[in-house]
Amino acid sequence: MIPQSLIKATADQLMAKAAIEIPDDYLSGLERMADTEQGDLSAFVIRAMLDNYKAAKEDRRAMCADTGVPRWYVKIGNEAQIEGGPIALETSLRRAVADATQDIPLRPNRVHPLWRTDHNNNCGIGAPEIDYAFHPDADWIELTTVHKGGLFGSDYRMLFPADGIDGIKRFYLDTLVSFGKRGLACQPAIIGIGLGGSKDICMTLGKQAACLRTVGSINPDPKIAALEEEFRDFGNSIGMGAMGFMGSSMVVDCHIEVGYCHTGGLPMSVHMFCLSSRRASARVYKDGRVDMRGDPNWFTDYMRRDGVDWDGATSLAAE
Amino acid sequence: MANTKLKTVRLQLPVSTDDLKGLELGTIVYLDGRIFTGRESVYKKALDEGAGLPAPLGELGTVNFHCSPAASINADGSYNLGAVTATASFRFKKWLKAWFELSQCKIIIGKGGMTSDIYRNFFVPNGAIYLTTVGYGTGALLGRGIKRVVTTYWREELGLAQAIWVLDVENFGPFLVESDLNGNSLFERENAKIAPRLQAAYEGTRPATMARYGETDDKTDELI
Ligand code: SF4
Repeated sequence: MIPQSLIKATADQLMAKAAIEIPDDYLSGLERMADTEQGDLSAFVIRAMLDNYKAAKEDRRAMCADTGVPRWYVKIGNEAQIEGGPIALETSLRRAVADATQDIPLRPNRVHPLWRTDHNNNCGIGAPEIDYAFHPDADWIELTTVHKGGLFGSDYRMLFPADGIDGIKRFYLDTLVSFGKRGLACQPAIIGIGLGGSKDICMTLGKQAACLRTVGSINPDPKIAALEEEFRDFGNSIGMGAMGFMGSSMVVDCHIEVGYCHTGGLPMSVHMFCLSSRRASARVYKDGRVDMRGDPNWFTDYMRRDGVDWDGATSLAAE
Repeated sequence: MANTKLKTVRLQLPVSTDDLKGLELGTIVYLDGRIFTGRESVYKKALDEGAGLPAPLGELGTVNFHCSPAASINADGSYNLGAVTATASFRFKKWLKAWFELSQCKIIIGKGGMTSDIYRNFFVPNGAIYLTTVGYGTGALLGRGIKRVVTTYWREELGLAQAIWVLDVENFGPFLVESDLNGNSLFERENAKIAPRLQAAYEGTRPATMARYGETDDKTDELI
């Protein structure tokens, strides 16, 4: 049984880590861009951000005051048992968000859409979102928090099979440019693209591709991996850099995730995970061990399974 | 601070229009002195609801930051202020004329800037400029520059995020000069430079088979 107190303590720790410490994979990606960026202004912005991450860590303060909308991704091992069950788990995760809002502090961003009621704790109806996935042959749970910011940077469109790769490219470019101008998306960003699925899943896939895959990771389908690389380089070649200034720094990395969709359509979503690409993950074991992890390991072979039954053959790839 | 070829200046607040004269687009600016935060709820209350400003101008300063801090209030009433980051400024346009009359602001700080039209119509006549935050995620650096929360206004009615925070700052920045006293815009200058490259990038891409309503202004267009 995984103790609830351990879950809450880990969740508290993850909330602070996400808000304050830029993930290593994103940091290295941005450092590489700082070295290659030729635009004066764009390069200055990137270097200021590198200073900012340092200041945040040194002072233990939030890296960006728009602390986003904290949410949770929970991966549950097939054999895991959680003290108090899922209800207790959700209570711990909500409490961790409320506590972090006061203690770090975070900005109380969450309000009722119509009445703008603010509980000053980032909790409310449907907030924080908690998404679940499962993992075979495991008795741990993995907690990942993502504090995605930005009103800008995501869009959805129903394309059609005939639109093809050139149509996909067009919508990708439209989204990059419309949100990249004046730097509204706070690029350079991790771009997540969702292709296929039903509409809501298309959005979800793209968002998770942006927020839950690390910079440098590639899609296991080699043809999709090639597209990821092509789209990353393409995004960096349009002449736009940080804050929309002249430059070559738009896309730190591009991740594409796919899901089977209706035969007549090709739904597509694009998401931009900003200069504050905040995520933190940990695996929690029943014996009290907690592993802080740099990679949320969200997209596993099991998650991307294609057939009807799961034979377990490749499940270890996620370890 | 990161080394750069860009010019850097430090401004002592309050500033006069004269102090802003030499500032060129893209200059890096740091501020020392008094500033106040104000975003949509403040504009609404002060202008639409006619409440005016809650304190004399001298107390608020003449630098309006479009932002809200990541902050909480301790049990003893003191402030716990971590980071500050700007919010997008384009949505404040409709209030600007009345806002400048009321606040006498010389500097507005925010995210994303506005258009040169807006600068010429509202900023230039008031001898004011726009500074953009950098990144825009430099919240921790800006948080460091805040030496003291002087006070807050309208915290009860507007909530922590939308309230007015009066702040004393030191070496507060970096910011970039986005508009000068002639109403030119740094973003517009950059966009104009990028436009030809974009043209090339779009070549070979394919417009969506199904257009969206709203992608044309002609409401009689057959959108399929
Ligand atoms: S988009 Fe990201 S970096 Fe930009 S203000 Fe929002 S949270 Fe901060």
